Amino acid sequence: MSLSKKSPIVIEQLRKRQMFDLITNGKRLDGRSLEDIRDLQIEINIIKKADGSAKVRLGNSEVIAGVKVETGAPFEGLENKGALIVTAEVLPIASPYIEPGPPDEETIELARVVDRGIRESQMIDLDKLVLIPGKIVYVIFVDCSIINADGNLFDATSYAVVAALLSTQLPIFEIHDEKVVDTGKKQEPPIRTIPVSITSIRIGNNIIIDPTAEEEACMESRITITTNSKNEYTAIQKGSTGYFTLEQIKFTAQTARVKAETLRTRLKELIK
Amino acid sequence: MDQTILIDENGKRTDGRSIDDLRDVKITIGVLKNADGSASIEFGKNKIIVAVYGPREVHPKHMALPDRCVLRCRYHMSPFSTDTRKNPAPSRREVEISKVMREALEPAIMLEDYPRAAIDVFVEVLQADGGSRCAGIAAASVALADAGVNMRDLVAACAAGKVNDKIVLDINDIEDKEGSADMPVAYLPNLEQITLLQLDGILTESQFNECVEKAIHGCKMVYEIQRKALIEKYFGNDLPEGEEKELEENKEN
Repeated sequence: MSLSKKSPIVIEQLRKRQMFDLITNGKRLDGRSLEDIRDLQIEINIIKKADGSAKVRLGNSEVIAGVKVETGAPFEGLENKGALIVTAEVLPIASPYIEPGPPDEETIELARVVDRGIRESQMIDLDKLVLIPGKIVYVIFVDCSIINADGNLFDATSYAVVAALLSTQLPIFEIHDEKVVDTGKKQEPPIRTIPVSITSIRIGNNIIIDPTAEEEACMESRITITTNSKNEYTAIQKGSTGYFTLEQIKFTAQTARVKAETLRTRLKELIK
Repeated sequence: MDQTILIDENGKRTDGRSIDDLRDVKITIGVLKNADGSASIEFGKNKIIVAVYGPREVHPKHMALPDRCVLRCRYHMSPFSTDTRKNPAPSRREVEISKVMREALEPAIMLEDYPRAAIDVFVEVLQADGGSRCAGIAAASVALADAGVNMRDLVAACAAGKVNDKIVLDINDIEDKEGSADMPVAYLPNLEQITLLQLDGILTESQFNECVEKAIHGCKMVYEIQRKALIEKYFGNDLPEGEEKELEENKEN
C-alpha cells in the first residue's frame, strides 16, 4: 500500500530558507542557475564480464549499468519482438537512508520510469532480435546499481542505461537443429534513436532542473520527460505530492527538449 | 503498430465514438455499508469499486505524522478483471499505480486538518478496460467526499492519446494496446492544477500540447459527472438554491 511519509532527509530550517531565497533570485546552493545540469561523466566498458556496461556520474549521483544478453521466450502479446528488461536497485552503499531488503515503491517507480523511457522511445529495434518467431528471441537485461544517491536518480540511471546499451556488443546466436548456439561472434545492437530523460522539480513557483537530494527533499512536485533523437516526447512521469499548472507542464516539456540536445551529443560520441 | 483499423473513414472508433467522445461514465455513491465513504464507477467497460476508511487512528502508530494525516492508497486488480487471469499478489505495476494515485489525490485533501490520523483509500478493479487508473482516481475522489473528508477540490481524471496519428479522448483497451500513445491526466478543475501526468508513446511537440489540453477537457467532462452524482446522492430532487439552474445550463452546453 502506498502511504505518505516524511522525507528521510531533514534539512535545517536556515539552509532551507537560504535555498528558497536563492531560488527566488535564480540561483542554487551549489552555484548553478535554475536550468543548469550538473557535470556529467560517462565511462563505458568498465565491467568486462558484461556484454556492455557504463558508469555515470551526475554530480554526486553515481550509477553503474550492466548489459547481459541471453535468449528466451518473447513477452506475451509481443511474440515477434526481442525482449528488453531494465531494472534498477538503490544499493545500501548509496546513502545512509537506504536499507537492504525488497524494493520500496520509490525504487519500483524509478525502475519502471527508466524502463518506460528506454522502451517507449524504441531505442533498440526489437523486431531484429528474433531467432524463432513466437518461440525464441534475444532477451536483453540492463541492470542498474545506484552506488551513490544525491538526487535525480531518474536521469542518472537513464543515461547509464543508454550509455551501457551503446557500448554493447551483442553476441550472435544461431539456431542449429532447433537449439540455440552461441557463435562466439559479436555484432552492434540495432540502435534506432537515443532517448534522453530530463527531470524538473517545482519548489514554490520555480522550476529547477536536475535536482540534488537536498533540493528533492524540499520539492512539491517532480516531472521526468524523455525525448528521442527526433525531439519527440516518448515518456513522461509526474511524481510527488504536489501539482503543476498547465503552463508549468508546457514549460518543463519545452525545457526537456532543449536541454536534451547537448546530452544527446555527449551520448552519441560513445558510438564509434 | 496501428495494424487494426482503430478509426474508420467516418471518423468512428472501434466502440462507435468520435475522437472527442468520452465513454459512458456512471458513478454510484455509498455502495458499501461498512466503509466511511464509497463509490463505484463504470467507465466504459471498467468496473471499479472504491472504499474510504477514516480519518482513523494510524496502525502501526510510528507511521503517524505529527502535522498531518497519512494518506494510504491501494490500487488492486481482481484476478478475474483481465483477459488472462491476473495473479492476485500486487504486481510492480500496481505498486506504481498505487503511488501515482496517492500523489494525484493528496493535493486535493486537507491532510493538515487530521494530524496523527490516517485515511485509507482502497481501489478495487473488478473489470479492466484501459484507463483504469483514471477511473479509479475519479471514483476515489468522490468516495473521499462521501466520507466527509475536507477537500480543496474534486480530482477528475481522464486520458487522451494518439490513435492512427490522431489525438483522441479517453483511450479504451484496444486503443491502449494498438494505438501509439497514452497519456493519463488527473486535474483539479477549480484550482486548475495537474496532479497526475504520465505518457507512453511518441508525440511531437504540437501533438503533446493538443494531447494535454484534450485530456484536461476530458477531466472537466468527468468532473461534471462526479459533481452530479454527489448532488443527486445528497440533495436528491431538492437541489440547493442555484444548483438546479446551473445543472440545466451545463446540460445545454
